[in-house]
Amino acid sequence: MIELVSASRCIQCNICVNVCPTNVFDKVPDAPPTIARQSDCQTCFMCELYCPVDALYVAPQVDPLDSVDEELLKQAELLGSYRRNVGWGRDRTSLAKEDSTHQILKLLK
Amino acid sequence: MSSYHWRSQNSSTIDIDVDPNLQTDVLVIGGGPAGTWAAWSAASSGAEVVLVDKGYCGTSGCAAASGNGVWYVPPNPEAREAAMSSREALGGFLSNRDWMQQVLNQTYANVNLLAEWGYPFPVDEEGKPYRRSLQGPEYMRLMRKQIKRAGVTILDNSPALQLLVDAEGAVAGATGVNRQTGKQWVVRANSVIIATGGCAFLSKALGCNVLTGDGYLMAAEAGAEMSGMEFSNAYGISPAFSSVTKTLFYNWATFTYEDGTPIPGAGSQRGRSIIAQTLLTQPVYAILDRATQDMQAHMRKAQPNFFLPFDRAGIDPFSQRFPVTLRLEGTVRGTGGIRIVDSTCAASVPGLYAAGDAATRELICGGFTGGGSHNAAWAISSGYWAGKSAAEYARNLGEWGKQRPVEAVGEAGLTNGSKHQIKAEEVIQATQAEVFPYDRNYFRNAQGLTESLQRLDNLWKEIRSSQAADSQILQVREAAAMVATARWMYSSALERKESRGMHKHQDYPEMDANQQHYLVSGGLDRVWVRSEGLGIKRELVSVSS
Repeated sequence: MIELVSASRCIQCNICVNVCPTNVFDKVPDAPPTIARQSDCQTCFMCELYCPVDALYVAPQVDPLDSVDEELLKQAELLGSYRRNVGWGRDRTSLAKEDSTHQILKLLK
Repeated sequence: MSSYHWRSQNSSTIDIDVDPNLQTDVLVIGGGPAGTWAAWSAASSGAEVVLVDKGYCGTSGCAAASGNGVWYVPPNPEAREAAMSSREALGGFLSNRDWMQQVLNQTYANVNLLAEWGYPFPVDEEGKPYRRSLQGPEYMRLMRKQIKRAGVTILDNSPALQLLVDAEGAVAGATGVNRQTGKQWVVRANSVIIATGGCAFLSKALGCNVLTGDGYLMAAEAGAEMSGMEFSNAYGISPAFSSVTKTLFYNWATFTYEDGTPIPGAGSQRGRSIIAQTLLTQPVYAILDRATQDMQAHMRKAQPNFFLPFDRAGIDPFSQRFPVTLRLEGTVRGTGGIRIVDSTCAASVPGLYAAGDAATRELICGGFTGGGSHNAAWAISSGYWAGKSAAEYARNLGEWGKQRPVEAVGEAGLTNGSKHQIKAEEVIQATQAEVFPYDRNYFRNAQGLTESLQRLDNLWKEIRSSQAADSQILQVREAAAMVATARWMYSSALERKESRGMHKHQDYPEMDANQQHYLVSGGLDRVWVRSEGLGIKRELVSVSS
């Protein structure tokens, strides 16, 4: 579930508010968006992909955590790791081009 | 005089404080693959198009969050023959070759269009483009861009709540709400395409929580019929703690009991029922220990999001066992949905078309699909046809189509004027208690289905005698759609007294040649089911169960 909107990274673009398929965030004037309806989060990671500054963290668990430690997440390079893995973001190339499903399916036969 | 009443007791009032209040040729409800293909196709036919999405067109729907294979087969007669025959037995011989051929043709053409539009398809080891797999975020970001280019007006965060119909009962638009501003919207249209996906009952399967059967409910309230709702018990494997129900890689898994002993017969495809059976009494673990080093590298590039939960939870799935569960994907990976009456993808109500998972997929895969593949191809093709047909219908209707008197036909939660306010959350949990359990839905029997149906009927009565508070209307409509969906599912499942496709009826474990027909269902306060021939003649060949 969505666990973190990093206040230090967020630029208040509110893209996450728009793109979340289940309307989890609320806009806040002159502040980062809040996680207003965490229980509606479907753990689909889409907000992270669209966040231009890697300010969001979606924990893999479908149930809420007690807390997350932003510093630890930064150190583990988990903030923005999904964007990195699919090559989304400025100066990156989409890695869809390297989709190797064909090799996998060949080995499945 | 037209009226867009939010409530029937207010039907004398016309709410003029509606924003936006639009008129268009074609309204598309749902912004996943089927909806965007429908919108693009209608706009390319010269129609004005409005697309509304409960979430955000580009991220909502099961494809956007995940990605999948596509039933994309080059026009080589042998390859096409193999593609059609390979899964006819699995689907219980309910598929139709004319439809399959058309879908293979259209999917091939449209996926090639995706390449022209700039989808970065990989190349295989011979340097040829490989177009049988789509990564969801990339695919749907491109589709959004493409329909905007085609001039489609997109309303995001704007769930539709009820359809509008004219005096003859033809569908003429929809009303809904912007869930962020709370404002109502009304779109009057000459024709409407429902592309709202299937119903996964808020099971937290990847990308599936927007899929609550809303389109089925709206269509049924306008008089449309369903088909194949007994093929609705698809479950996806996921790590027990996570949402990621991508099952391809479990072909390289060993499934074990808690003590590490392999579970005999357990597997990703045909052995999934053994996993379900085991989960009834104890946890099941998996380890992807059959993937070689090379394979592991390919897997990461093919499906980056498969690894997200593991990387973040600090688990190496190739060397460490992890608990798994089966999440209900209902009609998303099932094959039932709104009945299609002809090759235009028309529903059984004039002016209404259905596409993608919202529509039945029995026509191309009978009673069994799996993730992506056939469903992805169907979304592309049926979306394309529905868009073309809806545009033509709109053209024939002309300007009168937007001026005709209309009324809203949403019922459940909207129209009875009762003071009783329903707790949607409780209805949803009660519905989940009937459809999640493996010994109720995966493995079905007459007694269990009958008991569930009684409780679901009671839930429906409760909804029908309640009125949703404005702030709760979306959740109440979702709850109503889930209850309605479950009732069509289980009524159809009771009627199919055999095991066919994914429908496993324990009282009738064999397939019965006399039941090689479709089950059409519908109704709200009174649910009905009838059988209908396939419209095709084919000999039932030998079947291994």
